[in-house]
Amino acid sequence: MADTGVVTDELVIDESRRRLLLVATAATGVMGVAFAAAPFIASWMPSERAQALGAPTELDLAQLEPGQMTVTVWRKQPIYVVHRTAEMIATLANHQGLLKDPGSTESEQPSYAANPLRSRTADYLVLIGTCTHLGCLPKAHFEPRDPEIGAYWPGGWLCPCHGSRFDLAGRVFEGSPASVNLRVPPYAFAGSRKLVIGVDEV
Amino acid sequence: MSVEVHPPGAPAVKTGRLRAWFYKRFPIEEFISDQLTGYYAPKNFNFWYYFGVLSLLVLALQLFTGIFLTMFYKVGDTTSFNSVEFIMREVDYGWLIRYLHSTGASAFFLVVYLHMFRALLYGSYKAPRELLWIVGMFVYLALMAEAFFGYVLPWGNMSYWAAQVITNVFGTIPGIGPGLVEWIRGDYGIADATLNRFFALHVVAVPLALLLLVLLHLVALRRTGSSNPDGIEIKDHLGPDGHPIDGIPFHPYYTIKDMVGVGVFLVLFAIVVFFVPTFGGYLLEPANFEMANPLSTPPDVTPSWYLTPYYAILRGIPNQRLGALLLLLAIVAYFFLPWLDRSPVKSMRYKGWISRTFLALFVISFFGLMYAGLHPPDPVYVLLGRVCTVLYFAYFVLMPWYTRIDRMKPLPERLRFRAHAP
Repeated sequence: MADTGVVTDELVIDESRRRLLLVATAATGVMGVAFAAAPFIASWMPSERAQALGAPTELDLAQLEPGQMTVTVWRKQPIYVVHRTAEMIATLANHQGLLKDPGSTESEQPSYAANPLRSRTADYLVLIGTCTHLGCLPKAHFEPRDPEIGAYWPGGWLCPCHGSRFDLAGRVFEGSPASVNLRVPPYAFAGSRKLVIGVDEV
Repeated sequence: MSVEVHPPGAPAVKTGRLRAWFYKRFPIEEFISDQLTGYYAPKNFNFWYYFGVLSLLVLALQLFTGIFLTMFYKVGDTTSFNSVEFIMREVDYGWLIRYLHSTGASAFFLVVYLHMFRALLYGSYKAPRELLWIVGMFVYLALMAEAFFGYVLPWGNMSYWAAQVITNVFGTIPGIGPGLVEWIRGDYGIADATLNRFFALHVVAVPLALLLLVLLHLVALRRTGSSNPDGIEIKDHLGPDGHPIDGIPFHPYYTIKDMVGVGVFLVLFAIVVFFVPTFGGYLLEPANFEMANPLSTPPDVTPSWYLTPYYAILRGIPNQRLGALLLLLAIVAYFFLPWLDRSPVKSMRYKGWISRTFLALFVISFFGLMYAGLHPPDPVYVLLGRVCTVLYFAYFVLMPWYTRIDRMKPLPERLRFRAHAP
């Protein structure tokens, strides 16, 4: 007879054995619930169709004059493509002190855009046009010293939702609610005049 | 003809035969007795005690009008917007049903906020009503989720960008954030998949949760009984019949009183529904009369007035992760109120000037945040938001300290209440 047993009507009830069985049954039940939940949780992932529609997108750069910006869509996100002028590029080195992450060490970009200009080539800048704060579309204010923003303004984007400010490399200014620079999507050039967004190589 | 029925443990009731037949099979008499005629509430309820029953009324109104809207609404990124226009223009009285529902959403928050303020004023959250308060806070959370999902359904441009901003808040969670956002949306951006699941959550999942939570809220209330403006327990003084001396049966006394409140409320509600349904852009925003457009952010993205206080906290912080964390804390803080308040008394009537000042500052900060959140992020509004954020959290964070040092007035032995002027 076990020491922990309780005698009732000549029957010995092994309490520790009961407890073990109870815990084992409950644990099996929890695993069952977890397995049963998996398909329902998985159903919320992007569907096959959504994934197929998220394929790379192409953009013809022939029409994009220096100083202009165009917006295209990749994976339901606006992609800002800017043909930067030499003056625009020149301003980027002048306001490092005003930026949160001038070296883009905390920010998201492919390795080939992890440089001061945040791009594969100096002239074309490609950014995901959703604010890294909460996803609004920052508006282009390319005119330097825009009176709406301030005398320091070198040109860039201003988010209308919460006031985040970004320069012409998509780098965020100090005092913005956004903490990191605008994201750079994977992209590649097919020839000199065609941009492919969504792939690292063509 | 009548028969005597004596179920065990219940008073003898004279009833008709049909009632007797029914009663043998269903405890309806006990239910009415437990919940209404035998439920004793403090006799000194004032104006602030209308808002519980008004919340129930608005809940019923939202369920009823919501069911009718579902009959005409067609969920989908190409159909939602047009079906709402169809309801407004071509369904007979469709405009009325939709305005009742859209105004009802704001009315729900209005009465719930007044109900919550009552709890802060008279210490209704304090022991032994902690669980009642916590369940109530879960009702509030479910209500915020319900309002947000409903806001997305018309698929106007404000709907779209509200969905974008709110789902992105989850993206600030370290590590799992971006994957979580994709999972919530069911696509790489806000899309048809997002709209469909929000519809399911808005019309099925959250309403069921709300009903269950409201039921739990009432069950917890029946255990502890209502608090009252004096913040003392009426159960401490029982009469010879076992009922509190300072209590009166909920029915007929408070059902009659509540009907007056319901009448006044419905008059005000109808004025908004019929004369100012958009309320100058505060209940229905102009930007939402334009279809969802992923390539155009409305000039001012602001949530509905009832969520702007939290929104102002979020955007006032120049760090997105910290902003989201403070937003979360601003709501979570309410849950801990019963333990933050160390005061020996419940009601502001007997708390001292420090507690009163902090409550006043809290209310001012809530309105200040609401005001700031409704305006574009110009420096002056951001500054106002930050100042009010500090005041808002001061109410909670300093509470264990100021409720302990505050000089309280002595509590009365019994409720101070006179039904009629002498």
